[in-house]
Amino acid sequence: MIIATNVTKKFGRLIALDNVSVTCNKGQSIALIGPNGSGKTTFIKCLLGMVVADSGFITFNLQNISHDWRYRSNIGYMPQAGRFPENMTVAQVLDMMKDVRKKTNPATDEELVEAFELKAIMGKRMRTLSGGTRQKVSASLAFLFNPDVLILDEPTAGLDPVATEILKAKIRKEKEKGKLVLITSHILSDLDDIVTEIMYMQEGKLRFHKSLEQLKEDTGETRLSKAIALVMKSN
Amino acid sequence: MKKIIKYVILDILRNKIVIAYTALLLAISLSAFSLEDSASKGILSLLNIILIIVPLVSIIFSTIYIYNAAEFIELMVSQPLKRVNLWLSIFIGLSFSMTIAFLAGVGLPILLYAPSSTGFMMIGMGSILTIIFVAIAQLCSLFTRDKAKGIGISVLLWFYFALIFDGLVLFLLFQFMDYPLDKPMVALSCLNPVDIARILILLKLDVSALMGATSAIFRDFFGSQLGIMLTMLLMLAWILMPLWWSVRKFNRKDL
Repeated sequence: MIIATNVTKKFGRLIALDNVSVTCNKGQSIALIGPNGSGKTTFIKCLLGMVVADSGFITFNLQNISHDWRYRSNIGYMPQAGRFPENMTVAQVLDMMKDVRKKTNPATDEELVEAFELKAIMGKRMRTLSGGTRQKVSASLAFLFNPDVLILDEPTAGLDPVATEILKAKIRKEKEKGKLVLITSHILSDLDDIVTEIMYMQEGKLRFHKSLEQLKEDTGETRLSKAIALVMKSN
Repeated sequence: MKKIIKYVILDILRNKIVIAYTALLLAISLSAFSLEDSASKGILSLLNIILIIVPLVSIIFSTIYIYNAAEFIELMVSQPLKRVNLWLSIFIGLSFSMTIAFLAGVGLPILLYAPSSTGFMMIGMGSILTIIFVAIAQLCSLFTRDKAKGIGISVLLWFYFALIFDGLVLFLLFQFMDYPLDKPMVALSCLNPVDIARILILLKLDVSALMGATSAIFRDFFGSQLGIMLTMLLMLAWILMPLWWSVRKFNRKDL
């Protein structure tokens, strides 16, 4: 579904992405793991067209994304730290997004809006919200338009345990519908029962991309966190 | 695209700065007209204030607005929207609201006190200057991620167009006094939209006789049908060039 070929991105002298080539298919649930500053977020932003790659190209359903913007109607994106217009209320933000995407995504999925009880804070301005509540709004927006691809950048950071469980259950549910889910997280225990594939990045390079079983087999560990710790140490 | 324009305009109209700007313009123009005994004197004293304040507020407000809209832009870029459309919507929203503020603050009093061809020229020029400086502001805001630096760049550019440019022209004029400079002066003034606006308005007023021999050349050029057409095209170019450059930059910007 998403094919990245030799994607390279430099920020000044820093090489954020170094020849990354990856294929992501429908129905996969991929964990993007790596130390801080390994290029995970940059890679995600490249997929979304927020960062323009220096060389290489990315295709979405076999269409090059650099000349086409419509593909983004198939993506739900939850950024690392959701930034919203500070003066708008939660309701206004949700309405604006619905308004903007009305044409491409007429049906909405308000399950998370209800599960997170956002109705109670609809009248609050975005700047008054706590980090966790902001994450809830951000997550609800990502799932709101029932997209085929979910890109979640540190979705559970800042969420309380109850909200984390709600979100995980939702991700699992969407995964079972056959959607492509791409998650980055440092809380590996959260990923254990969600993901099927692991992409490991380091210093802008893709070190490996294999299935969770394969990784467990290779390292001889049964838990993802131990397996990754072993990989990190051996590097 | 219409939706984005709607959200930008709603956001700006809620902004108190724009209302204060309208009130300031209104106060200035009303006092200019009631202090002077004739309408054309009123226009003349209004002219210099307009030529300084309108570009200044347009460029600074727009620059700050774009930096403050960073979250909005970031949110929208990840949505199924064309980047060009997003950027142009912001431009249209900004220039529309600033022009409305100008028309309410200066246009109305002129229509009330001096509904002459000079008055209409002034309303037209003020609106075009507003749009030009919004376009320049959008370009400035793409040169750096730092808000303070961005505002600094726009203040400097305003300074250049409003003051430094005239100084340079005077300097050249004195340096090359021995040569006939009338025609080069026309070309030179085309490099500054504020100057073009000033000349066009002055030529409509009778005081242009005070400008001496150069004025005759100006009148020949800017006063003729062809000259007016050319200057209008020139003003249009002053809007489109910064806008086109900023669209190119925005298309490649990493958010």
